[in-house]
Amino acid sequence: MEFTDKKIGRIRFSLFSPEMIRNMSAVNITVPDTYNEDGYPIEGGLVDPHLGVIDPGLKCKTCGGRMGSCPGHFGHIELVRPVVHPEFAKIILYVLRSTCPKCHHILLSQKDLDKLKDQIDKEERKQASLEKQRPIKLNIRKMAKCPVCGEPLPEISLLRPTTFYKNKQVILPIELREWLEGISNEDLKLLGFDPIYARPEWAVLTVLPVPPVNVRPSITLESGDRSEDDLTHKLVDIIRINKRLDESINAGAPQLIIEDLWELLQYHVTTYFNNEMPNIPAARHRSGRALKTLTQRIKGKEGRFRYNLTGKRVNFSARTVVSPDTHISIDEVGVPQEVANELTVPVVVTPWNIELCKSYIMSDGYPKANYVILPDGHRLRVNEKTRDDILMRLVIGSVVERTLMNGDIVLFNRQPSLHRISMMCHEVRIMPGKTFKLNPIVCAPYNADFDGDEMNLHVMQTIESRVEAMILMKVHNQILSPRHGHALITPDEDNITGAFYQTFADNSYDKEDACHLMAVSGIYDLPKPDKKDRFSGKILFSVFIPKELSFKERTKFYPYPEGEVVIKNGVLLEGAVEKKIFSSRLPEYIFHHHGPEATKEFLNMSSKQTLCSLTWEGFSLSLRNYEIDDASKKKIAIILDKMKREVDALVIKYKNKTLERLPGMGMRETLETMVMSITSNARNKLEKVVTEGFGYNNPSVVVGKIGARGSLLNTVQMSAAGGQQSVRNKRLNRGYLHRLLPHFKNGDLGAEARGFIFNNFFNGLKPTEVFFQAMGGRDSLVNTAIRTARSGYMQRRLIHALEDLTVKKDLTVRDANSSIIQTVFGGDKQDPMYAQAGIYVDVATRKDDTETV
Amino acid sequence: MRGKKGKFIVPGDPVGTIAAQSLGEPGTQMNMRSFHYAGTAEAVPTGLPRVIEVVDARRTPKKPMMDIHVKERYAKDEKKVRKIANNLEHVTLHKIAGMMEDFDKKVILIRVNPSELKRLGLDMRLIRAKIVEFLGNKAKVEQRENKVRIKFSKKEKIINIRKTMNKLKLLHIKGIPRIEKAMIIKEGEKYFIRTGGSNLAEVIKLPEIEVGTVWTNDIMEVNKVFGIEAARNAIVKELKIIMDSQGLPIDIRWLLLLSDAMCKSGTIQAVGRHGLSGHKAGILARAAFEETMKHLVNASIKAEEDKLSGVTENVIIGQIVPIGTGIVKLKFASGRGTQKAKK
Repeated sequence: MEFTDKKIGRIRFSLFSPEMIRNMSAVNITVPDTYNEDGYPIEGGLVDPHLGVIDPGLKCKTCGGRMGSCPGHFGHIELVRPVVHPEFAKIILYVLRSTCPKCHHILLSQKDLDKLKDQIDKEERKQASLEKQRPIKLNIRKMAKCPVCGEPLPEISLLRPTTFYKNKQVILPIELREWLEGISNEDLKLLGFDPIYARPEWAVLTVLPVPPVNVRPSITLESGDRSEDDLTHKLVDIIRINKRLDESINAGAPQLIIEDLWELLQYHVTTYFNNEMPNIPAARHRSGRALKTLTQRIKGKEGRFRYNLTGKRVNFSARTVVSPDTHISIDEVGVPQEVANELTVPVVVTPWNIELCKSYIMSDGYPKANYVILPDGHRLRVNEKTRDDILMRLVIGSVVERTLMNGDIVLFNRQPSLHRISMMCHEVRIMPGKTFKLNPIVCAPYNADFDGDEMNLHVMQTIESRVEAMILMKVHNQILSPRHGHALITPDEDNITGAFYQTFADNSYDKEDACHLMAVSGIYDLPKPDKKDRFSGKILFSVFIPKELSFKERTKFYPYPEGEVVIKNGVLLEGAVEKKIFSSRLPEYIFHHHGPEATKEFLNMSSKQTLCSLTWEGFSLSLRNYEIDDASKKKIAIILDKMKREVDALVIKYKNKTLERLPGMGMRETLETMVMSITSNARNKLEKVVTEGFGYNNPSVVVGKIGARGSLLNTVQMSAAGGQQSVRNKRLNRGYLHRLLPHFKNGDLGAEARGFIFNNFFNGLKPTEVFFQAMGGRDSLVNTAIRTARSGYMQRRLIHALEDLTVKKDLTVRDANSSIIQTVFGGDKQDPMYAQAGIYVDVATRKDDTETV
Repeated sequence: MRGKKGKFIVPGDPVGTIAAQSLGEPGTQMNMRSFHYAGTAEAVPTGLPRVIEVVDARRTPKKPMMDIHVKERYAKDEKKVRKIANNLEHVTLHKIAGMMEDFDKKVILIRVNPSELKRLGLDMRLIRAKIVEFLGNKAKVEQRENKVRIKFSKKEKIINIRKTMNKLKLLHIKGIPRIEKAMIIKEGEKYFIRTGGSNLAEVIKLPEIEVGTVWTNDIMEVNKVFGIEAARNAIVKELKIIMDSQGLPIDIRWLLLLSDAMCKSGTIQAVGRHGLSGHKAGILARAAFEETMKHLVNASIKAEEDKLSGVTENVIIGQIVPIGTGIVKLKFASGRGTQKAKK
């Protein structure tokens, strides 16, 4: 392993002076061309071999390095006439407006000058440790005359991007440069410049640096033609015009022609730096595509900063589809053999493992070594031909890259990685199949499902990283969400359904079944039978509950309508387990009192048992489950009828203008609000009717009520009525003039004319209702798309704003400047993840000797 | 570590990032969940837009509003509360009157709606007085019953009549500026006032109001009237209410941290390029966020130095980030030669 004890401590930004550009240049570029007819680089051309090499086999003429080792070298172009650097035009304007055109002094009266100097002195003393936060722009008052020499001051303006005017007369870059050169260092300091590193005239270019070829590689097409990079094209333009300008000047061409050429040179330099400048047409490729020049390379989402510098690519990773496997632990991940054969873990050869390492190298099958890195840095591929040789050369201190094995520590991730638990640490388990296997209980933090989701796996290459991952990112340490301290990795869906049916009423099992149920979850002691020789589902479930736990909790479904679950000394006495108990109270209690490992065991074992009992119980839905009985049908019809009449009555009132307005609302608003409340009221009533009509025997209702799956809304829509459809949170109101569809009368504001679906999915919808549904559905799809974009941007901003805030060793929260944001995190030092779901701790009464780690 | 005592936060914890994720992640969850309600009239969240508004530190919220509780002794008296509410509502002349200019006769005609007068408990004398006060000696005012006639001199320019007219329309008759609507809401046995529009500075001056319970959703106004500490609390409270109403629990400590960061400079800084992110320490970090060229250009002429103390900067140059286990520094003799390892 290589260690570097050099570290970059700080980076200073500055401007290149012309001398600097010449000094660092390897070659003066004068030829506006690249390769000659033989395909060799032209000396003095844009791919001069002094600029570095990109073709394999060639040697760099500057450093002698080959393709991989030569970093590339800058060249330069001597511009015949100076041109303005477009990105600095605004700053030049500011300098021009702040200085006198004749004596180049800063435009401040002696009094203001002294005041400013004083202020800067003070700031510098105060901010010795902080960086220069002084605003660059001084507020320079408009005055008529220069206070130093009395010269009347012209009006300076800038016509974007690069043309300056003095009293509406163009300032040529030569004059511009003279003016800027005349400003004293002291005055520049007052203007916010640091004249040692950046003088303003350096922003008016006389020499143009030419980036190394590595920066603008040309590609060889299949046809053998070379295709040059956009930057190279632009540089060709610049050199060509520069040459022509030179020739014209030497030939004594008229001033007009020279100025035209000069302007053209300015255009090419401008677009070379930034091809998206306002007021000038973008330089284009022959095909009409706008060229991607320097600024475009740097900025934006696909620019250097965001795409290549803050986002980095990695090796030792794998990606494939995920599928569920309830038999592996929550902190395991099933890895296909094919993936395991490719991914490797480096093992340093020691006297104690050298035999093992040799066996990896000699292995024909799995596990085996893929590569061996010798202490001298040679990397050798292990295969049948090389392995004997490698075995000979293997010494203590070599590194063997062995394939992935059971128990290895890896990171597992699903995008979008919206929070830290989108990436967790799992243990490898090699399994058959070609997908990653994942216990469905850990779907929640990843927000994964199995409809084709793919996930990424990363193998860490150092011991330090594996240890850190194991301690900080292991799944069982992430069971509670840092957001609110509630359990996030919990039994869900079928686990809850299983637990419900298992503990439901007086459900019981004989000894054989009880043994099986215990054994699937890895427990080999049977609890005492509580019903003669039979075991109730409750007693079997109770083995997972800590012995000291007692509580009562209201339930939503059983016994109907509202009952209680009673747990006493770790035994479930009454009630059937619902979501709140199984996926919140129990795991959270166990986590707080018995720790993460115990919670992991609880989740693994209880989920297996409940799934097994559900499999036996059998659980399925059929169309028949949504066929509602006649009595309920009548009730539904009555509710809908009543609702319709209420709405109609309101509409009549509205039309007669006798409707009483709600506070702060107009007549129409009132009508809409009241209708919406009537329809949503009706839906709640329908929900009740459906629940009662179907009862415990309807899986759809059970599953909705106990919180395992879906919501009762779905059941209502299928069996009772579709309900009110809406667009933008309002009743449907678009389409034809004063009506939704030609099926309705003009101005009809009744329920069915404004998007209420009276039929259910079981019986089928009317054509108009289908259309309403489609309208509502489209609206929600559009909404989702917009919202994701908006919230994504919000999160990016939040993270950028807050990422530097950390808890320091004195438990203060500070930012990157080390300035204090909070003297005590959260006011009580508590870790929200462990803070028992947001309970606030009184700092005054709290003893400080509580465990800290 | 375990048990009811909870656990202290650990040095190095990237609390800022977790806070940002805790607020950002449910933002997308909200959307994805609303998908399941497929267009039914389920109460669809107004949550995300409002969170963005708070975090952006907009000058005024899209829909400013206030909750005003009156003093305990009035709270159960509906009539009294209604009267207070009526007095809050900002009434301008054109809201209660029809107005017309006659450029030939150089006259402005105002016809006040008598029912509005009655509703608001106003009389014409007051309105006349207000108009006279406003006009001074620019024009003559004649009033007969509910009609007011403003006569300009014959030489008056038409544009001046139009200008006067426009100003007259917005003439303050009664109430508090910017309070568009005021309605009373029953809560238990008590009544309180909810207003559309917000004007904290004026409302707290009213004698009938219980100042301690006045609430506004205009955070910038809270900052102006009560100062930065109150604004900090307002941000926390506002975000907490939104998150709770969405059924997305969030620990208040994350909101406190966000709010503290936004208020650190003594004014409210938005989360974004003009606020916190635009004033970060590192040039590279700022350039990586937004307005890349601007930051690079300005840094170069100031010869600014990036101390590489933040997260993004170190990611960019490929060093260990100074966060979490990255804050631990190890002293060691490298063993290679006599070179002493640096701190």
